[in-house]
Formats: sequence, structure tokens, C-alpha cells
Amino acid sequence: MTSPTEDKEPPPLLRLESVRKHFGDNQVLRGLDLELAEHEVVCLIGASGSGKSTLLRCVNLLETVDDGTVWFADRDISDPRVDADEVRREIGMVFQAYNLFPHLSVLDNVTLAPRKLGRAGRVEAESAAQELLKRFGLADKASAHPDSLSGGQQQRAALVRALAMRPKLLLLDEITSALDPELVGEVLDAIGELKAEGMTILMATHEMNFARDVGDRVAFLDEGVVLEEGAPAQIFDSPTQPRTAAFLRRVAPH
Amino acid sequence: MSSATRPLDWTPSDRQLERLAWRRARSRRRSTIALTSTVVVFGIAAVAIVSAPGWERVQETFFNWDEAKSSAPEILRGFGTTIQMFLIAEVCILVVGLLVAFVRVAPAAGLAPLKLVAIVYTDVARGTPTLLVVFLIGFGLPALQLQGVPTSLFVLGILALTFSYGGYVAEVMRAGIQSVHPSQWASGRSLGLSYGQTLRHVVLPQAIRRVLPPLVNDFASLQKDTALVAVLGVFEAFRAAQVESARDFNYTPLVVAAIGYIILTVPIARFTDWLALRAVRREQGA
Repeated sequence: MTSPTEDKEPPPLLRLESVRKHFGDNQVLRGLDLELAEHEVVCLIGASGSGKSTLLRCVNLLETVDDGTVWFADRDISDPRVDADEVRREIGMVFQAYNLFPHLSVLDNVTLAPRKLGRAGRVEAESAAQELLKRFGLADKASAHPDSLSGGQQQRAALVRALAMRPKLLLLDEITSALDPELVGEVLDAIGELKAEGMTILMATHEMNFARDVGDRVAFLDEGVVLEEGAPAQIFDSPTQPRTAAFLRRVAPH
Repeated sequence: MSSATRPLDWTPSDRQLERLAWRRARSRRRSTIALTSTVVVFGIAAVAIVSAPGWERVQETFFNWDEAKSSAPEILRGFGTTIQMFLIAEVCILVVGLLVAFVRVAPAAGLAPLKLVAIVYTDVARGTPTLLVVFLIGFGLPALQLQGVPTSLFVLGILALTFSYGGYVAEVMRAGIQSVHPSQWASGRSLGLSYGQTLRHVVLPQAIRRVLPPLVNDFASLQKDTALVAVLGVFEAFRAAQVESARDFNYTPLVVAAIGYIILTVPIARFTDWLALRAVRREQGA
């Protein structure tokens, strides 16, 4: 791992090495390997229970790995001596159920972390937040509380909240799964825009068309490992593994 | 929610107008029945009570106007102490309750001995009659004749109430904190907020809102239990009423004190109802 790279390829921003995680008897991740370069968008696909969410939670240190290593910017963040709070400030995460803070306005949801972590004063944090909210079409919702927003608006607000910390890596955990079909598009558009700006994104998704359009790479998770990965066209049009093919037939029967 | 206030942009049909008229007539009929029956029932009750053979004595013993007037100033002075004691105790109890709840929910393994202390404390505080605690602390502590132990009965009374009620409030707070969904912790921590910051800014505000009704319950109960401190000889409302009552062997001063306690409790209950309602309205963006 310390050998100098011949082709001067930049080191991956995120590298998972034989990561294992189990809950009781349930082996969720069984020695999973995955790499993510800067500015890359990687989509995780696979059946429910294949370990997509657990993988993301391990990267965000919401779960501790049972074995293996998570490298982030050439640093072993799975080491228990690492300050998890400090790592999480650089890794944003958006959840399937939005998880906005219901007692705070949208603006306060977005500015809470930057303010409390000393990134910015109130005025500075709020003007930055207003800017972001405007970009994601939420300018008029700044003072609203999350419960009065539509699902799509809530999820965009959650996205803005994660972006307000200026993360180097964004983890998206099936962020469109709880949305009404007609609201999925507005959230996916926002992700497309982030990709265009060069954001590094690792996302678990059931939106196969989106994975094909926006993903630089697609990784198929099966039984706790990456069974197959590659360019979207290769995975979707000519999967090499029978299980990948079977999964794709199930989710997108033609 | 308030669609009824929107102006109509169509002319209601005759059928609909007839329905509306019938509904109005029905609600008028119902209010009339409710009003008359209430007046009749209470009227009969009032007449029955007042004309009962013992009424004169009841009125003389419990509702004697002259007694009420002459005892009022002393009882009022007592309430000054009651309110002081209550307000100071409430703050102390909130602090103790929150600290104990924090210790009990904290995941840090290093806190294990403190957790044990917290568990034993809540069990003891909730398992011991408040009156007994008041005796133990109020008379027992000074009996030790140790340096630094407060001797003011007022302070000892507050100490006893804090000990007793701290256990209840700690459990209410703990229940509230644990009722906040784990995903709120996860999203707070995912932003890089520390455990303490997530607790303080994300979990606690939601927890307290949820436990406001039981919390107010405990404080209404505390307000009444300040009367227990009377056994130490602290001159608060109940003690004052007792002294006044003993002078003429008349119980009206006690009734006056009872009314005073009720007057103190009701506004607190209404105020918290209003707080809770306002919070709900704000969150739902009405």
C-alpha cells in the first residue's frame, strides 16, 4: 500500500479493505473491498440486506467495523484512537428518512453544526446557508419547520444541511426511497448538479436509471461483498456475474 | 384545517342550504338542552345543600367569611415562603434530575460507578415517603452537629424536597431522552457534532417538549408537598393556616389555604398547555 504509484494516479479518497461487520449472528459485511477516487460518483446497488446501508454507516463511523480497514484521505479512520467527530465533519451523510431536526427551522437545521463547531458565526453561517438553500430551490422555506415541507423539500433540506459542513465526501443512503415518485426527480437533479461541481459521492440507490446516468461506477453488493463493479454500461448491459444479472432482472424487468 | 373561512366560489344548492339550516337548528337545540339541564341540576344541588339540616354548621366551620378575612393576611405571608421554597426547589430539582438522567443514559463505560449511584439514588428517592425524608433531613442532619451542615429549616426543607423529587424528575427526563428516535442521534453525530452537542441541541429540546406534561404534574405535586415542610416549623402557607385555625377552632383558614394552593397550580398547568400547543403549531407551520 506504500508502493509509489507508477502511473501517477491520485490515491483514492476512500478505500475499504476487507471490511467486516456483523450484528449478532448476522454477517452483514464479509470482507468488503471498495475504492473511491476524488470527484467520483459510485453507486451501490443490491438487494435489501446486502449491506449497502451498513457500509455507509461504517464509513461515517456510526458503526465500528469488526475487522478490516477504512482509509479516508490516506488515514485509517477505523482506528479507535481516531476522533470520530473530526472525521464526520469531513464526511457528510444524508439518510433515507431525512432525519431533519423537527424542533428547528430549516435554516437552523442547516446552520446548527457550522455554528456549534466554530466553523462560522451566526451571520456568516446563515448567509452561507441562505445561498445553499436558494441553489436547491428552498429559499422561501428557510424559516419553515421540517414537518410543513414536502418529502422532496425535506430531503433537499437534509442535503443542504450536510453540504453546509463542506464535506469532502458525501454519503447518500437511499435518499429517494421514501419519496413519492413525482418527487424523486427534484432530489436526483440536485445530486446531478453536485456531481457536475466535482463532489465525491458514494450512494446506495434503487434508482437504476439514475445510477446509469450519473454514476461513474456501479458496485453490486451481494452477501456482504462487492460481487461485481465497473462502468454503469458494463454492469447494466453485460453483467459478468449471474447473480448480478438476476438482480437486475428483478428490479428492472423488461 | 380552516377551510370554513374560505369564501365560497359557488352558489350552494337548495339541497345544501336546507342541510345547513337543519344542522344549525340541531346545534341550537343541543345547546339549549345542555344549558337548561346544567342549570336545573346545579340549582337542585344548591338548594338541597343549603337547606340540609347541617348546612349552618358546615358554613360556620368551613366557610366563615369573618374567619377567612382575619386569617388571610397571615396565610398570604405564608404563601410568600411557600412560593420562595417552591421556586428554589424547582430549579434545584431540575438540575439534579437532568444530571442524574444524563449519567443514566450516557454510553461511556467510565461512568459505570456513577451510573450505579444514580440508580440507587432514584430507587431510594422514589421509594421513601417524602414526609419521612423531610423528618430525616430536617431533624436528622442538624442532630449530627457537623460543621458546614445548614441549620436553616428553610434550606433543609428545600434540600429534602430536592432529594425526594429529584428521583422522579430524573426518571421523567430519562424517559424523554430515550424516546427520541436513534436516527436523530445519528444525524446529529453525522454532522460532526459531539455526543454532548447532539444531546444539548438536538435530543434534549425534543425530549423536554415530550415530557412537559408529566414534568408539570411533578411540579404541581411539589407545590403541594411544600406543605410537608410545615412539620419542621417553617412558617409557610399550611403552617400559617394551621395556626390561624387553632386560634378559634375553626377550619375556614385551611379552606382559604386550599384555595390559595389551587390558584397557584392552575396557571402553571394552563401555561404549559399553551407552551405545548405553540410548539406543535410552530413545527407544523400552521
